[in-house]
Amino acid sequence: MTRLEAKRRSWGDRFLDVRRATDDFLSGGGLLLLIVLFFVWAVIDRRDAVMIGIVEGSILALGAVGLTLVYGVLKFAHFAHGDSMMLSAYCAFLLLSGVVTGSRPGVDAEVLPITVSDLPAASSEIWKFSFGYGLLIAMALSALLTAGVLVLLDRLVYRRLRRRNSGIVIFSIASLGLAIAIRSLVLIVWGPTPRKYTTVVRQNIHLPFDTTILADQLFIIAAAITVTALAYVLLFRTKLGKAMRAVADNPELARISGIKTELVIVLTWALAGALVAVAGVLLALQAQLDPQLGFVLLLPLFAAAILGGVGNPQGAFFGGMIVGVVQAVVVTFDFLSPGYKFSVAFVILILILLIRPRGLFGAKL
Amino acid sequence: MPVDGGVVLETRDIVTGYGEVEVLHGVSVWVSSGEMVAVIGPNGAGKSTLLKAIFGLLPAQAGTVLLNGADVTGKPPDALVQNGLSYVPQVENVFPSLTIQENLEMGAFIRRNGVRERMDEVFHLFPDLAARKSENTGKLSGGQRQMLALARALMLDPKVLLLDEPSAGLSPKMVGTIFERINAINEAGTAVLLVEQNAREALSLCRRGYVLAMGRNRLQGEALSLLNNEEVGRLYLGA
Repeated sequence: MTRLEAKRRSWGDRFLDVRRATDDFLSGGGLLLLIVLFFVWAVIDRRDAVMIGIVEGSILALGAVGLTLVYGVLKFAHFAHGDSMMLSAYCAFLLLSGVVTGSRPGVDAEVLPITVSDLPAASSEIWKFSFGYGLLIAMALSALLTAGVLVLLDRLVYRRLRRRNSGIVIFSIASLGLAIAIRSLVLIVWGPTPRKYTTVVRQNIHLPFDTTILADQLFIIAAAITVTALAYVLLFRTKLGKAMRAVADNPELARISGIKTELVIVLTWALAGALVAVAGVLLALQAQLDPQLGFVLLLPLFAAAILGGVGNPQGAFFGGMIVGVVQAVVVTFDFLSPGYKFSVAFVILILILLIRPRGLFGAKL
Repeated sequence: MPVDGGVVLETRDIVTGYGEVEVLHGVSVWVSSGEMVAVIGPNGAGKSTLLKAIFGLLPAQAGTVLLNGADVTGKPPDALVQNGLSYVPQVENVFPSLTIQENLEMGAFIRRNGVRERMDEVFHLFPDLAARKSENTGKLSGGQRQMLALARALMLDPKVLLLDEPSAGLSPKMVGTIFERINAINEAGTAVLLVEQNAREALSLCRRGYVLAMGRNRLQGEALSLLNNEEVGRLYLGA
């Protein structure tokens, strides 16, 4: 062995040492530390972007909690999650306005004899929001509807697959098919033109530390946190929620203990549906109604759920917030065009799968 | 023959298996009220399969399962636990991400009232669990996990407890402890059908025993006579 070879090998060894140390650092608390540092810097330097990120992150968080819940109990990647959000946003729109696309192009038709907006003063704005209590009612009704739709889809599709003991890939592909079907249905019923809940001018709110935010966005953040907190209480403090976690943990033992697992699965879909609906309506409030609304969100949703640890609802919430903020801050960089926004979620997804596949907070429900 | 307590659990010529593979070719066992009965036999004899068939986890291709004289063949587990039957599988018998207390709550899922009181009774039986009740189950040692699995199954105060190799994978010291607890459970009035690899310990604990081989009844009788049986000794007790 020549001296050169020996030297070269030692350089290789040194490189491996550095790589191993980096891996250990990142897969330990290092990744979390880097994220915290990024947040501190962003809050100091890019406060407005952070605000937008928190708003978008709230919506992602709600969606990701539902996604992770479905994964935890049913053990498959629910690709129809984003499109279900979009569908529930349109359901709320229908309940508010009664409007669908008419038989002639460009002309809408009213199909509901009575809508939520017909309630007395349902559309008069609350505080500085752009909507009245009608939207809240429409959101609640849409949550019931979406819960029903997801339970129905389970009865029609997923339960049949369960009875055949199909693999998780089959479940996921089936959900992808349903996602496309839902999107097409919405396109048929409401057409491709974007729609809005209200056309009222949105008001700004001034917050401390020289930040401004739309009043509606403040509502989005508050609603997302409230609903996630409710879901948390349900999962960790009620008998039903504990049964959901038990089924997620060990379905066979849950059955042996006398828990009716099929009923728990139905209720899991119902809860996921309610979360999906609130997320969907908030999403449409932040942007506008568009049949592509849900599909483009799929990647950030999965990034959020995996970042938080698949099956871990608290993790999914923080994962959603992190993805939202990182997305919003990164697009403020001069060297990146805003068009790269969704690639940020992709990069996060790849990094987390490479560095710490069990997520920041560990994978469990 | 059934003793005066009456038969609580009985299988008659049960035939079952996994898919095309038939494992049990007609096994009959019975347990009277308050009795502890051992099922021993070599690996692959169908001991665990028998418990799964009783508990409705495997479909019976022929034969019947009687619980308190009623035909419960093929009934789902939730119907069986309602009627006083509990089952502790050999592995994966706890909920790892739930706390100890939540595990017990899940054991009592179908119970409408008296859950707290029952939990106190069960904790009294397993004091080491009581001390750590809000801890996650993932951290427990093998022996503690087995205790928790027993505790979970006791939450409904069952008439009959099916135990699948509770001593498997435990240290010799822990094996003694777990058998001691099982004995205490039985003395409190719960009938036990105990499937065991540890044939000698199991038989010395029980009143009666069955020896299964190749998915059929091979021998049965008083535990003492089985212990002294030459064939049992040679084949399963390593004497």
